[in-house]
Amino acid sequence: MALSLGKDLIGLEELSADQIRLILDTAEPFKEVSERAIKKVPTLRGKTIVNLFFESSTRTRISFEFAEKRLSADTVNVASSGSSVEKGENLVDTARNLESMRIDMVVMRHPSSGAAQFLAKRIRSNVINAGDGTHEHPTQALLDLLTIRDRLGRIEGVKVCICGDILHSRVARSNIWGLVKLGAEVAVCGPRSLMPRGIEGLGVKLFRRIEEAMEWAEVLNVLRLQLERMQAGFIPSLREYNRVFGVTVERLARASRKLLVLHPGPMNRGVEIDSRVADGEQSVILHQVTNGVAVRMAVLYLLAGGNPERAEAAKGQGSSREGAE
Amino acid sequence: MKPILLKGGRVIDPSANRDEIADLLIENGKIAGLGSVASREGADVIDVTGKIVAPGLIDVHVHLREPGQEHVETIATGARAAAAGGFTAVCAMPNTDPVTDNQAAVGFIVKQAQDARAARVYPIGAISLGQKGQQLAEFGEMVGAGAVAVSDDGKPVISSHLMRTALEYAQTFGIPVADHCEDHTLAAGGAMHEGLVATRLGLRGTPAAAEEIMVARDIILAELTGGQVHLCHMSTRGSVALIRWAKDRGVVVTAEATPHHFTLTHDACGGYNTNAKMNPPLREAEDIAAIRDALKDGTIDVIASDHAPHHYDAKERDFDDAPFGIVGLETALGLGMTELVRRGTLTLPQLVARMSTEPARVFRLPGGTLRTGAPADVVVFDPDADWVVDPSTFRSKSRNSPFAGRQLIGQVELTIVGGTMVFNRASAQMGSAQNADVAR
Repeated sequence: MALSLGKDLIGLEELSADQIRLILDTAEPFKEVSERAIKKVPTLRGKTIVNLFFESSTRTRISFEFAEKRLSADTVNVASSGSSVEKGENLVDTARNLESMRIDMVVMRHPSSGAAQFLAKRIRSNVINAGDGTHEHPTQALLDLLTIRDRLGRIEGVKVCICGDILHSRVARSNIWGLVKLGAEVAVCGPRSLMPRGIEGLGVKLFRRIEEAMEWAEVLNVLRLQLERMQAGFIPSLREYNRVFGVTVERLARASRKLLVLHPGPMNRGVEIDSRVADGEQSVILHQVTNGVAVRMAVLYLLAGGNPERAEAAKGQGSSREGAE
Repeated sequence: MKPILLKGGRVIDPSANRDEIADLLIENGKIAGLGSVASREGADVIDVTGKIVAPGLIDVHVHLREPGQEHVETIATGARAAAAGGFTAVCAMPNTDPVTDNQAAVGFIVKQAQDARAARVYPIGAISLGQKGQQLAEFGEMVGAGAVAVSDDGKPVISSHLMRTALEYAQTFGIPVADHCEDHTLAAGGAMHEGLVATRLGLRGTPAAAEEIMVARDIILAELTGGQVHLCHMSTRGSVALIRWAKDRGVVVTAEATPHHFTLTHDACGGYNTNAKMNPPLREAEDIAAIRDALKDGTIDVIASDHAPHHYDAKERDFDDAPFGIVGLETALGLGMTELVRRGTLTLPQLVARMSTEPARVFRLPGGTLRTGAPADVVVFDPDADWVVDPSTFRSKSRNSPFAGRQLIGQVELTIVGGTMVFNRASAQMGSAQNADVAR
């Protein structure tokens, strides 16, 4: 019996190492689809997918939409602005309405932690969590994992430090689960005021200073620092944050290893990451974005019941059909 | 009103250090005799062999939602839920809509409670007008209308000056000032206990310190003023240590703990279970252990349910948006029996003390005793009966309990208020619940 993901993708906490590897392996053949002149395979033809975004997003929403369209699904986008859907509106009603429209899958982003699980428990359609509050953002972590594997050839044993606002970061949580399950060594680094209590309980090391973290790590995953954190009193200023925790060219140069630098975007250039780092040769930020589409295609394919062994074949069949049309 | 003779039960009355097999005679609404009573002309004789006969339970902390949210609970349904849970008296918190902050509002609750003819309901008045934390409410007039304490529960008293003034002014009337201890600048936005579970779930946590800071402040102000501060729903081991320290110093401080805080940890919030969302939040195993110890040694005086009904669809939402609180009147005794008595933390008489005699003492209420001449507020329960919590059978209008499906021991058989049977499990189970509950 082939491994499957189950009905939904809520977070990496619930997945086994084998399931995570399955998604990464399934993403490999889908990478190539996006490199074609005609970027479309018929894998999800006839499936209807709703992209339900209760929180603004550009990159994740577009990435999902490309993934869906390249798999030939019919998609509808619902965003909180410009519709009746807003935070505070009853999520149960939203779920029931979606169910009544007989959709196949929902990709949801929501400002409340647990919203994806809440929806998944109440509808028969597949639910993919595109970020829920400060809980998880599984597809982001999967594309980060894929990028690390692409660049270093492995994940097991790799030392990865996640830097910045861990407290409010769903990206950090998903990355920690995924990396730990695949055998990486994981650390977090940032101001203590932005570290959640008990984070060590997830199996990570803590660094107080970015210099120490950079000396230890092979990979840095630099999180976005939101301006609101300063207003809420977690840090004194963005300027000081950059001085103390910023990933700068100078700091990178001082590290004894050549670090790989990831960032989930959108970047605050000059705050958590200097432009010269973001645009420099150690940055794999655009590679992450490219991998995002492939990973999301893999997740959609697997949740729709796709046989992982046939991912390559499904793609091949697609291309021949595309050729015939 | 027919006399009632309860025959052959194990009579536990902590107010008289009594624990013996005896008969209890109730006549003219009062305890008329205790010992060996052969029979009584015209009396309803009820064989309670194997059952516990105790002074009716008293809950000093409930939210009955009337006025304002009558779809969630009313004084009548709350009083009936109380009776079904073995409570003969409850104290209703003032965070109603409008706030119970004046004598007319207090009088309304008293009247609704009289009409309900179930458990007694004693109103608690607000400390500040509108619970806004600014101007003192008229304690004297509220007490005149029937209030037994003051509290801004649901909200902490932020201003130390206001708290000090309340503790001083309340002394004229001899009432406790009950505080919901929470430093809101630390707790703001917190949905559960700050710790590993909150970190995994990505929920904002409230540290234990948010409670402890206010506990410490209130103790210091109680010492300053000589007033009685009553600390509501204590949830942390740090709070327990502070209260123990205060009592050693002779500060007039009393405290309560809820069954959920001596039973459940923050693990109950897993899967975003909104019925495990409360304020103060469910904490850690070490906190539960400290609260149990405190109930044993008297550092915490009373068990109170913090009965907080919510409509089902209010809890049927994402965790951040769900309201705090659970219903507790109909599970409190069972949880006390199961979690404290069966585990050996408390003896049965100690549990009855924490749920009846001590609440009466702390809030200066009638009841909590079976001495001859006292109002006949009595509970009869089966200490060994096994039952499974099924919220659909609750008398409360609300069902928000994290204990659904939980196996408990200790089931209420009869609740008698002022000599009137307000709950009788046997007749309730015959399908005439409504009528039987108020039969007289």
